[in-house]
Amino acid sequence: MPAGTLQIRAISGHSGTVPGRGVQREEEVCKYIDVTTCIGCKACEVACVEWNDHPFRETTFDNTYQTMPSTEWNYYNLIRFAEDERDGNLMWLMRKDQCMHCEDPGCLRACPADGAIIKYENGIVDFQQDNCIGCGYCISGCPFDIPKFNEKTKKVYKCTLCSDRVGQGLEPACIKACPTGCLHFGTKSDMVQIASSRAKQLREQSGFADAGVYDPASIKGTHVIYVLHDIKRPERYGLPANPVIPPSYTYWKWLAKPTGLLMAGLGLLAVFFHRVTVGPKLEQPEEPPPIEHQPDTLEAERKEQP
Amino acid sequence: MSSSVERFDERARRAADRVGSTRVHRGELLRHPVYTRVLHWLVAIAFVLSLLSGFAVYSPWLFHFLTPIFGGGPMTRFLHPWFGLSFDIFFLFQFLNWFGPMTWTGADTRWLKRIKVYVTNAVKLESEDVGFFNAGQKLYFWAIALSGVLFLITGLLMWFDNVMGRWIVAVSYVIHDLAGLLMLAGFIIHFYEGTAAMPGTFRAMVDGTVTEKWARTHHPAWYRAVTGREPRDAYEEEKRRQGRKSI
Repeated sequence: MPAGTLQIRAISGHSGTVPGRGVQREEEVCKYIDVTTCIGCKACEVACVEWNDHPFRETTFDNTYQTMPSTEWNYYNLIRFAEDERDGNLMWLMRKDQCMHCEDPGCLRACPADGAIIKYENGIVDFQQDNCIGCGYCISGCPFDIPKFNEKTKKVYKCTLCSDRVGQGLEPACIKACPTGCLHFGTKSDMVQIASSRAKQLREQSGFADAGVYDPASIKGTHVIYVLHDIKRPERYGLPANPVIPPSYTYWKWLAKPTGLLMAGLGLLAVFFHRVTVGPKLEQPEEPPPIEHQPDTLEAERKEQP
Repeated sequence: MSSSVERFDERARRAADRVGSTRVHRGELLRHPVYTRVLHWLVAIAFVLSLLSGFAVYSPWLFHFLTPIFGGGPMTRFLHPWFGLSFDIFFLFQFLNWFGPMTWTGADTRWLKRIKVYVTNAVKLESEDVGFFNAGQKLYFWAIALSGVLFLITGLLMWFDNVMGRWIVAVSYVIHDLAGLLMLAGFIIHFYEGTAAMPGTFRAMVDGTVTEKWARTHHPAWYRAVTGREPRDAYEEEKRRQGRKSI
């Protein structure tokens, strides 16, 4: 695992280049979640709350085993329970839900604040609450409904993939807590390889003909990947089949918005120079200047002289 | 409906005139009563606050120097919807107060066709059919009305962003920005026309009065309606008087 400093790759709302980019080669990290061996024990939820020093909060009973309906600003990690059917029998699906650390993060694209969201060279997408203005655009930019608003601090929070631990060469807290080994952490290429062989095993030996790896190409892959029983229907696990970032956060933000400001600036210049060149509309008839001061008269006098 | 609105406006104007007053001196005309002026400045203050806080959310990387005015980024973002809401509420009253004189007429269509002449100052005297508001002012008024509605709808969708889902928010944000840019364009022109472009105009919104000369230059039909005199005749008369003086 790469240890030491975390080299930043992308900064939200930032007008310049990323300092120090490309100085050091860093491996891309990845969390691999095998939903087929998850037992829904929620040890990862507890580890997450503990490591991030979040207070234990009230849970919401919603007729399922799920701790609460969705992740929260102080609850980054949630096992989602879904009941499904397979060959006429109940199939209980458990999926660890948290930030997917997209290669093309919708939150970072949507964020207008300089440096509120950064992406490290190792693929981790991290919120910097010091720079967050709480506009909430990241919430609508995210295809996985992950960033959550804190009403008290007026800022947005989400899973950090334990960037503080990873920066010190440790695995994320959830990985450390998992008792079944359904959670893995390593380089992206290693994880994709392990996940693919597990999916192959499920297809060939366990009768899950459609088992596969969830690493959606529409957002250039994610740094959290799943092995699902049925890759053709990720919606059953609450995952979008084709996660998309609203195009307004790409084209509008980087093309139309600066153009709008430019137009406004030109408008200001236009009225200023209108005043300087065309001049004001005066009440009519204007008072004529006294004869002796009229420039035409001066000009005439000058011409008369030899 | 319209008669009850008129009754309300009449009552509001009388109440405002009891609080403050407008002094009309000789050679001046009453342009805006106290009620209209107070509404205008309430709308203006709410607009400028919305604009400045809006800039800080529109492009924080460029306008983060504005956020300290409102107590930092998150506070700016928190206050912006309230500024916007007060803008919409104040403008609603101004809308009711003004939508009568802001009705579009044939004279306004003719004014728009002459826009080039107006902008280049080619003709010094405004055409005789221009009433209390000219077509430019009416356009700005209706642009604010349209933007106000767009601001309210898209603003609420972004304020309560968990109600309608993320795609609605992503679209609302574009429409909100477009409405803001439309308002900004109108505001730049409005501010200019009300101050540097037309001397004698700003006092209409401060003191409530304008000179008769101003009225017959820029709003001849209104001048005719309130004084009963022909603006052109008054102009020629003053021109003759000036001629005598200069000789």
